[in-house]
Amino acid sequence: MAILADSNTKLLVQGITGREGLFHTEQMIEYGTQVVGGVTPGKGGEWVLGKPVFDTVKSARESTGANATVIYVPAAFSADAIYEALDAEIELIVCITEGIPVRDMMQVRAHLDQGHSRLIGPNCPGLLTPGQAKIGIMPGHIAMPGSVGVVSRSGTLTYEVVYALTQRGIGQSTCVGIGGDPINGTSFIDALRMFEEDPQTEKVVLIGEIGGTDEEKAAHFIATAMTKPVVAFIAGQTAPPGKRMGHAGAIVEGGSGTAADKIAALHSAGVKVAEHPEQIADLL
Amino acid sequence: MNLHEYQSKARFAEYGIPIPRGKVAHSPQQAYEIAKELSAPVVIKAQVLTGGRGKAGGVKLAATPEEAERHADAILGMDIRDHKVLRVLVDTASTIQKEIYLGVTNDRAARRPLIMASAEGGMDIEEVNRVSPEKIIREHIDPFLGLRDYQIRNLAYGIELPRELWKSFMKIAQALYRCYVESDATLAEINPLIIDGEGQLLAVDGKMSIDDNALFRHSDLAELRDTSAEPEAETHARAAGLSYIKLDGTIGCMVNGAGLAMTTMDMTKLFGGAPANFLDIGGGAKAETVAMALRIILSDPNVKAVLFNIFGGITRCDEVARGILAALAEVQVDLPLVVRLVGTNEEEGRALLDAANIPHMETARTLAEAARKAVEAAQKA
Repeated sequence: MAILADSNTKLLVQGITGREGLFHTEQMIEYGTQVVGGVTPGKGGEWVLGKPVFDTVKSARESTGANATVIYVPAAFSADAIYEALDAEIELIVCITEGIPVRDMMQVRAHLDQGHSRLIGPNCPGLLTPGQAKIGIMPGHIAMPGSVGVVSRSGTLTYEVVYALTQRGIGQSTCVGIGGDPINGTSFIDALRMFEEDPQTEKVVLIGEIGGTDEEKAAHFIATAMTKPVVAFIAGQTAPPGKRMGHAGAIVEGGSGTAADKIAALHSAGVKVAEHPEQIADLL
Repeated sequence: MNLHEYQSKARFAEYGIPIPRGKVAHSPQQAYEIAKELSAPVVIKAQVLTGGRGKAGGVKLAATPEEAERHADAILGMDIRDHKVLRVLVDTASTIQKEIYLGVTNDRAARRPLIMASAEGGMDIEEVNRVSPEKIIREHIDPFLGLRDYQIRNLAYGIELPRELWKSFMKIAQALYRCYVESDATLAEINPLIIDGEGQLLAVDGKMSIDDNALFRHSDLAELRDTSAEPEAETHARAAGLSYIKLDGTIGCMVNGAGLAMTTMDMTKLFGGAPANFLDIGGGAKAETVAMALRIILSDPNVKAVLFNIFGGITRCDEVARGILAALAEVQVDLPLVVRLVGTNEEEGRALLDAANIPHMETARTLAEAARKAVEAAQKA
């Protein structure tokens, strides 16, 4: 089981011939992910790493039967890449790209709500179902199969947590990076709901950070709709207001989005909140 | 990126929004000339990228050019919440019958644009929202449909705007929304939008924030960035493609990844210290990036110790260690260093660092150990 991706997932890579795309495609194949082809407009007909390259997502889907795609194209072209994948009715779209303008994402979001595809990201490390598939840029060897679901707005902080879990012998069902942008495709609640429904997942780790109110909404969802225990960590307690901490979405605005508010909301929902990442395994 | 009032209003005017006649002055003499040219009572307004300038005495009325010169002399050079006033806007003063708020912003929770109006203009809208949220009329905008006229009528009706002004209010609201969209703004607000002595609407103050991620398609706006109000190191870091924010503590932090960087800052506090900065060096930890980041951290005289916290995933810890050693060969560091490498090949990475015998350098296994060592080192220094 696990969520979102497993060994049956057939993956396309949009931007497969670019530097990042090529590097990570190799890593994904090495991990055992079923990469069935790539898309780079103008390079259709070529072969890369033994995989066929197509000009369009639609033709790639028709030829390969892909049901997932990962996007490594520059920010200026990312919205178009997402629309193309949506139009080709790819079920799972993972966008790694950082730096997509918010206006583009507001439009993507409005369009997404009318279809059936799921978008993960943008500005995210992707997802990893240990031993089965990795989609994105997470280092595969830090994870091991197990029953803890991990969902996070961050990249390396997620790796830190997953690595610590693995070292303690605590395996993961799926690790999902939902991204550090203010507007994204999949929220904490979406991921929590999937973990709640997944038979393999027994417990969940939620890694949040300052900015927005997604963690507060997640706290409400956990209190009202979840049976599985959740352990959380929130980054950014020392972040000053009004400053964007690296991630476009990590900013305390008008007194809203503070770490203290999020921790309080999670506590009142009965969630154990770790003081630092190394405590997460103990709390599980 | 935030625009100054004068920049925002100039942008609004390009879209047909009425603004007072006025110009920017960099000296009292210039303020005198402008006031003379306007031949009317003027208002001298400090141009700083922070709020609270009115309370700080950064806004003054002047009846004559001589008075304008005196006020400009007092305001220029003033320090408002750590922002030095380098220029003032000299605007024709207006008679104010009523003050309205009108703004467009990204509603992050609703994931779409939001236009808001309030009859409580002239106040900080966040304060109005806190005290009496019902006084703000809100309309969410479908990004594909755009702002519809009926939505503006809803605002006008909600704030009880006199009917004879609805037509010009519609024009202003549509112009503001267009300006917001076409500038890739995250905020475009007029506060206050006044009904002046002649009964006309006039945008006497304005503010815009532009999405940094969209500046690649707005070279004209990118040029408007005022770096004078930010620490020099932040300007340098941006030019180098690094994400750096100066803070008040003593422990310099060098981390890969934004979430891990925030966590590292938090950990220094948890162990009784305080972070000197946020710094994300991105993936890879190449020698030249580490060297550049080190120079930026060390340019802050408050830094007493430097804490490296690098997760080696696809770039393994031994490669990261080599990068750090190469950077340390290039940049002279006399402060205590605490390095924590975590992830793939961390033992090898740590062994490489320990074998190099760098003076004042310690390694650590856990984040807690690293934070404790950095805090102790900073307190001793």
